[in-house]
Formats: sequence, structure tokens, C-alpha cells
Amino acid sequence: MMPLLTTKGLSRNFGGLRAVDGVDFALMPGEIRAVIGPNGAGKTTFVSLVSGRIQPSSGMIVFDGGDITNLPAYARVRLGIAYTFQITSVFANLTAYDNVALPVQRTLTDGRSKGAVYAGAMAALERTGLADRAHMPAGQLSYGHQRLLEVAMGLALKPRLLILDEPTQGLADSEIDNFIGLVREIAKGATVLLIEHNMPVVMQLADRITVFNAGRILAEGTPEHIRANAEVQDAYLGTTP
Amino acid sequence: MKEASPAKAYALHLGVIALLFALSFVLPEYHHGLLARIMVLAVFAMGYNMLFGYVGLLSLGHAMFFSAGLYGAGLAVIHLGWSVPAAFAAGLACGALLALVIGVLALRTSGVAFMIVTMMFAQVFYLIILYFAAWTGGDQGLVVPQSARVLVLGDTSLGLTNPTVRYMSALVLFSIVLLVALVIVRSRYGRVLVAIRENEERTKMLGYDTFSNKLAAVVVSGTICAASGAAYALLFGYVGSTFASVQYSILPLLWVLLGGAATTLGPLIGTLFMYYVVDITSGYTSAYLLIVGIALILLVLFFPRGILGTIRQRWLGWLP
Repeated sequence: MMPLLTTKGLSRNFGGLRAVDGVDFALMPGEIRAVIGPNGAGKTTFVSLVSGRIQPSSGMIVFDGGDITNLPAYARVRLGIAYTFQITSVFANLTAYDNVALPVQRTLTDGRSKGAVYAGAMAALERTGLADRAHMPAGQLSYGHQRLLEVAMGLALKPRLLILDEPTQGLADSEIDNFIGLVREIAKGATVLLIEHNMPVVMQLADRITVFNAGRILAEGTPEHIRANAEVQDAYLGTTP
Repeated sequence: MKEASPAKAYALHLGVIALLFALSFVLPEYHHGLLARIMVLAVFAMGYNMLFGYVGLLSLGHAMFFSAGLYGAGLAVIHLGWSVPAAFAAGLACGALLALVIGVLALRTSGVAFMIVTMMFAQVFYLIILYFAAWTGGDQGLVVPQSARVLVLGDTSLGLTNPTVRYMSALVLFSIVLLVALVIVRSRYGRVLVAIRENEERTKMLGYDTFSNKLAAVVVSGTICAASGAAYALLFGYVGSTFASVQYSILPLLWVLLGGAATTLGPLIGTLFMYYVVDITSGYTSAYLLIVGIALILLVLFFPRGILGTIRQRWLGWLP
């Protein structure tokens, strides 16, 4: 089977710092892949390169067989790469409905179907359990609901690859359980790339885990494999045997 | 919920248009003329609001779009002897083309740089008008001859110098632009513009080419402003470089801020308010600008979102 996403020698320098350093990465369709690593390991930079928010210094990104290295971010979104922000960045002054209607209307090609925007937006809100709050300005939603809205906006794009950047950050435990269910739901129709610090979440969700350290891939494998990996333990705990 | 029920909003706007129509028959001559002028300039403010209110791009150079319409229409009549509709179309075309060129260049910047770049382009435009004084009349300006300001429709010819014809022409233009603005801001495109204003980076990550959307907004805004300028030249018969000066880039900003940015009727209210404050106070004292200044300060203190913006925030959330 052909990978949905591959990167070859992907690098990004910030001044003298190599935030991402020659990363070769492959992601299979339908997978839930978690990306973990210590702070500053280059996880967010890596997914920003994939989504097109920043340009690579060198290397290549291939999505579904096509080279997307030089495509602007909006064009990558249209190909099916959706990115949900680490720092919640919903449109605070617009209603929850309008927040979701924006990505929905983007995906509709026949421009005359007014009902379709409504139906699509409400479907995305219902999947995330926000339907009864559709009229509220997004800025007035609780933090947990704003995170869900962020995911709803990603969902509404009908992505083939959904990148979730620390989605459970700041959520209560009860909310996290719902969230795990939601991501499993999403993964039935899309490939999920998940950056996450919360290890129980990673272990429950991920099919495979990629560990970043100092801009490079340190290890990759199933959750069991990663849990047993001595190098990974070093990177996290800072011990040298 | 549906995509908010439109009936109320359309009823309100049609009501405002009907009110302006009715006023034509009851207003004394002086106010009749003033209101015609205010409607034409409110179109200028609506064009400005399209970019400033909805997309959040603060331009300090919109005088160039207004005067592109003004000179485009005026010079076509004076030098080429074009008819009124053709000259009006020429004014629109000049504004749209200028907006496209300026948009492509100026939208490479944002924030303060965008303000400065648009202001500089407007100054260039102003100086070009002065430089080609042989055609433009320089700082004296030109008067569009009365004989040329006649609108021929089939067998009837309407002199645009006639107060009623002038008022009705201004009202027609105002109504069309008002309804077009209402349709735009309620459309999906309007929703994208507001999204760009609120968070451009996020809008890009929803798959929108924000540059193209902003460029389209600059062209729409510039064209509406040019329509106002062209109408001004044809209805009031004067084409002057003052209209290209920086003062006329600041005025629409002021009108929009007063009336309420990102409200469809705010530009009319702001223009109306400003004109009448100046008109009334200058009747009592030569220091009228002092009173205008105080009025503006009070307004900013108590109506920080403009008159209509504050009304919408506090009482009428459905206002478009």
C-alpha cells in the first residue's frame, strides 16, 4: 500500500537551530499516528511544515503521490490536509455555527445549495456535541468546548489527513474520555496525525508512535515497542546508562 | 436555526430607502440639496466600509478611488464629450482598474505598512492630477458644463441640475449600493471576509486563498468609491483635486467610525451626522470645528463602536 504522506530529508532551520533535521517519515492511510517527544523536539515545527504554515529549508513532502513541497497552505488544505491549532484559535467573535460554516462552505463545490452549508455545519457540530451551542459566540464557550470546536472545524473540511496538535491540552479527565472516542470515530474516515503529551491518550489511541528528539526521529513503532525502548526512556528521563 | 432570517434586515433597508424617497417631497430646498450630496458621499463611505469594516484593512488612500471615479467621469464628459451613462461607466472602470493595480501592490503589506502604502499611492495620484494641469485643471479643478449633464433616456432628457432629478439619481445610486452591500455581507463571501478580519492565519488553514479574497474586496471597495466619485462629478458638476487630497481619505474613515464599522447602514448615519453637526454648529460660531471635535470625543466615549455598532451590540443583535 502506498503511504498517504511521506517526507524525505525534511529540514527547517531557525537561525542556527535545526528545529527539524533531515526527517524521513511515512504515514499509511487509515492510521492513527502519534508524534511524541520532549519540549523543543520539533514536533510542532514538523507538522507545520506538513500543513504548509512554514516553508522547509530543504527536503520534500509528498501527499497522496504528489509533491506538495511548494504548495501554499490553503492549497494543501484543499487537497485534504487539515490542521487544528495547538493554541486554540477559533474565531472568537463569530458564533460556533459560523466557525464551522466557514470550512463547510469551502468544501461545497456547487455554490447554490444554501441548505447544504447548514446541514454540513450542524453535522460537524453534532459529531462534537456542540449542536445546542451553535448560536453562542465561540469566545464565550468553555475552554474544552473551544477545543472541540477547533476539531469540528477540522472535521468540517472533510480531511483525508487530520493533524491534531495537542488536542487534549487543558481538558478535564472526563472531557478526555469523550475526546478519545471522538478521535476513534474520526479515524474511521480519515488518517490522523496526533501530537500529544498525555501518554495514556497516546497509548490508547495510536496504532504507531513516532518519537522526536532534537529535530530527528529517535524511534518509531507500536505503543508496546516504544514503551520498551531504552533510547526513548533516556530522551524523556535524561538518564544515560 | 437557519442561516439567520433575512426578512427583517431587508425590510429595514427597504424602509430606509422609502424614507429617503419620501423626504424628497417634504424637505426644504436647502436640506434637499444637502441630503442628495450626503447620499452620494455615503456611497463613498459604504465603499470604504466594505474594506475597513468587513475585511479590517485600514486604508488611508481611498481618496484616489473616489477621485478616479470623479476624474474618470468628469474628464470623459469634458474632453471627450461622452454621454452621462458612458462617462459614469468610465469612472467605474477607472476605479476598478486602479483598485486592482493598487490592491496587488498594497496587499503585499498589512497593518501600519498597508496604511502608509495606500496613503503614498494616493499622494502620487494627487500629484499626478496636479502635474497634468492642462487636462485636469490642476488645483483649480474643472466645472462640468451644465449642457453636458443631461441624462437621455429614450425620448426624455433629464437635466441632472434639476434638484429633483439630482436627488432621485443620488437615491437610486445609494439604494443600489446599499442593497449590493447587504447582499455581499450576508453572503458566504461576506463570511469569509469577516473571517479574514478576525484571524487571517486561521482562515488560510481552512483552505481559503486570503490574498485573492482580499484583492476582490479591494476592487469591490474601490469600484463603489469610484461610483460615488463619478456620480459626484455628474450630479454636482465639479471635478477638483481637493477630492484627491489626504483629507478625503480620512473623511470616509471618520464617517464609518461614527456610524459604526461593519454595519450596512452605519456609513449613511455617520455621513449624515457629521454633515449636520458641521452644518448646524457653523451657523452659530466660526469655531465650529471645536464643537465638532467635542462631539466626536463624546461619541467615542459613549459609542465606541459607532452609533449603529453600539446599538447593535446593546439592543439589536440582528442588524447586518
